[in-house]
Amino acid sequence: MAKQTGTFEVKVGLAEMLKGGVIMDVTNAEQAKIAEDAGAVAVMALERIPADIRQDGGVARMSNPTMVREIQEMVSIPVMAKCRIGHFAEAQILEALEVDFIDESEVLTPADEANHIYKHDFKAPFVCGARNLGEALRRIGEGAAMIRTKGEAGSGNIVEAVRHMRTILSEIHRLTILDKSELMAAAKEMGAPFSLVEQVARIGKLPVPNFSAGGIATPADVALMMQLGAEAVFVGSGIFKSADPADRARAIVQATTYYNDPEKLRDISAGLGSAMAGLEMSEIPAGERLQERGW
Amino acid sequence: MVVTVGVLALQGAFAKHQQIVEQLGFQTLAVRYADELANCSALIIPGGESSTISLQLDNNGLREAVTEFARNHPVMGTCAGLILMAQKTDSRMVTTLGLLDISVSRNGWGRQVHSFTANITIALDNGSADVPAVFIRAPRIDKTGPGVEVLGSYDHQPVLVRQGGHLGVTFHPELTGDQSIHDLFLKSVVT
Repeated sequence: MAKQTGTFEVKVGLAEMLKGGVIMDVTNAEQAKIAEDAGAVAVMALERIPADIRQDGGVARMSNPTMVREIQEMVSIPVMAKCRIGHFAEAQILEALEVDFIDESEVLTPADEANHIYKHDFKAPFVCGARNLGEALRRIGEGAAMIRTKGEAGSGNIVEAVRHMRTILSEIHRLTILDKSELMAAAKEMGAPFSLVEQVARIGKLPVPNFSAGGIATPADVALMMQLGAEAVFVGSGIFKSADPADRARAIVQATTYYNDPEKLRDISAGLGSAMAGLEMSEIPAGERLQERGW
Repeated sequence: MVVTVGVLALQGAFAKHQQIVEQLGFQTLAVRYADELANCSALIIPGGESSTISLQLDNNGLREAVTEFARNHPVMGTCAGLILMAQKTDSRMVTTLGLLDISVSRNGWGRQVHSFTANITIALDNGSADVPAVFIRAPRIDKTGPGVEVLGSYDHQPVLVRQGGHLGVTFHPELTGDQSIHDLFLKSVVT
């Protein structure tokens, strides 16, 4: 077999390597260095972290290539970046930058209100957010090599990530107990490709790694999501909106390894400065919830 | 007696290694604490991010324990695990364990868009085999010392090396379902 690049196997392979790790949002090379020194498995390069996007408003777009390059030169871990939902030209530019993973993200302002990017056309792997199994399988059908819960980005509130993870896992469980003849109706109901529904019913999990994002602010939040079934975590505003980002970043890395050890988590959590303030979901007007973007 | 193979579970694709090792009839243990090594007859250091695993070895008192364990037990490292087992690496973020007399460049084949699959031929004790190999932001072995056997190469570069009971692999045998690399390693555990 001759050498092949950009295959689905190679894309999912990188997602497999990130398991048990923390992917941290950073907005410049200095923050990227802090993240790498703390043990991040990857950084997500973006112009503004979600909490600031939420506060400042305006159209949020792909990061400036100069900033992405500076971060790539600073660190040796994978560098991810976000493009707008449906904005395949932004994705093409990120691929030309040799970004290691592209996040087609609801945190940025959507560019297409009906369609996501056809991700199989790219050599770079994609991660996409999902709130339920149907959404996850639609994204995988389009070529996503990793799924993450959407949660509610920039909120510092874990409640939505928990809802999305529990929903995805319980819908997976439901498929495994259905009769074969019931799977087509399930696919229709979820709006998901039948072949992927059949596959999930057979293997009892998503066909790609299942990570958590959106609202993680503390080591305990990490432990909660990992115990619920997340295979790794993304932390956005939670680190660089906290009192001492370097300490918090290290604690979050430790919590991702030792998520099942309450005594260790107690020691990891002790002595940390204050976490980001966070928002009660009722404070976020329905039209401003980032998780509702994507189709 | 049931033989237990430890898989270092600080970060990375440890669960995939456990699956294959269990298919081959061994017990596995996801190792996160130094004292767990006492129950293991061999250790696998999986793929992941070598900088993260290196830091987590130090943060959790595992570096000395793993070095000590490797004196009289076989260790296999894949990708990030191979970087950790090397004598030297170009990455200032990784402190190596020095279990294999090799020098390694991290991400030696380039960023993710250059990650690739290929078939390689490996030397076995009783002949050779063709195996599928997945290289993910893989390290490159730049130099091998005199005690290191090269058991497999790709594009004239060593990708599978052995020194005593230790095995180093720049690709990911845990991702393909092919068991021959694990089989080769675990033979040294039984004998």
